[in-house]
Amino acid sequence: MSRNHSRPLSPHLSHWKWGANMLVSILHRMTGVGLATVGGLLFAGWFFAAASGEESYACFLGLLTVESGAINIVGAILGIGLTWAFFTHLFNGLRHFVMDAGAGYELQTNRHWAIAVVAGGIIATLVLWGWLLWPAIMGLVGGEG
Amino acid sequence: MGTGTGLGRVRGLGSAKKGAHHWWMQRLTAAGNLLLVSWFVISLVRLPNLSHAVVTDWLSSPLVAIAAIILVANVFWHLRLGLQVVLEDYVHNEASKLGLLVLLNFYAIGAAAVAIFSIAKIAFGSAA
Repeated sequence: MSRNHSRPLSPHLSHWKWGANMLVSILHRMTGVGLATVGGLLFAGWFFAAASGEESYACFLGLLTVESGAINIVGAILGIGLTWAFFTHLFNGLRHFVMDAGAGYELQTNRHWAIAVVAGGIIATLVLWGWLLWPAIMGLVGGEG
Repeated sequence: MGTGTGLGRVRGLGSAKKGAHHWWMQRLTAAGNLLLVSWFVISLVRLPNLSHAVVTDWLSSPLVAIAAIILVANVFWHLRLGLQVVLEDYVHNEASKLGLLVLLNFYAIGAAAVAIFSIAKIAFGSAA
């Protein structure tokens, strides 16, 4: 639709002071787009590789792992990145359900939960990957693992 | 179409009766994702490893295959709705927007079909 150029637009991103609620709003979109594109392709590709036989599946895993089966740098970036995107999108999705019900719009409450979503996404990612990589971490520092 | 304002052109025509449908489906598929993706992630983490034999054995169980197929449909439906909103918000050229929306539908439906067929192939081929 054409717009009347003599009338003002509402102030855009560059005019607002950044707050936690704005950060979590754009993060929701960015993580959603990342999950939908990179995540969606890997997700469908994994099923397709598994259905295409052992060789194709090994080829698919070979993109993300080194020969010993441990994760390689591509796998680590995609895996940890998608995990963070998943948890952030998930937690903010839950926040949106509460806001859809009409709750949580008070300034302090809104800010509090926006920060909790960002922190929760990071913490959940660290916990999951710390747990997954625990044997490797122990091996590196020479513990009994 | 008249030459009046946007409001003037649509006044009296009534609503299209589906204004909230996109919004509602996004919430329904989000709730579905909450259950299905949680199940998927927890299941993968609980498998002894992600070798071909372990994964195909897991997927060949009927209940797992059914849940995985619903998961795929739900995930790609949700991402189709979400990416549509992103394109509509940020792509202002009508031709590019139309082209990208067509590509988005090809991607979402195509990738979902690939994944669902793959799961079915594993599940039905488990006797082999």
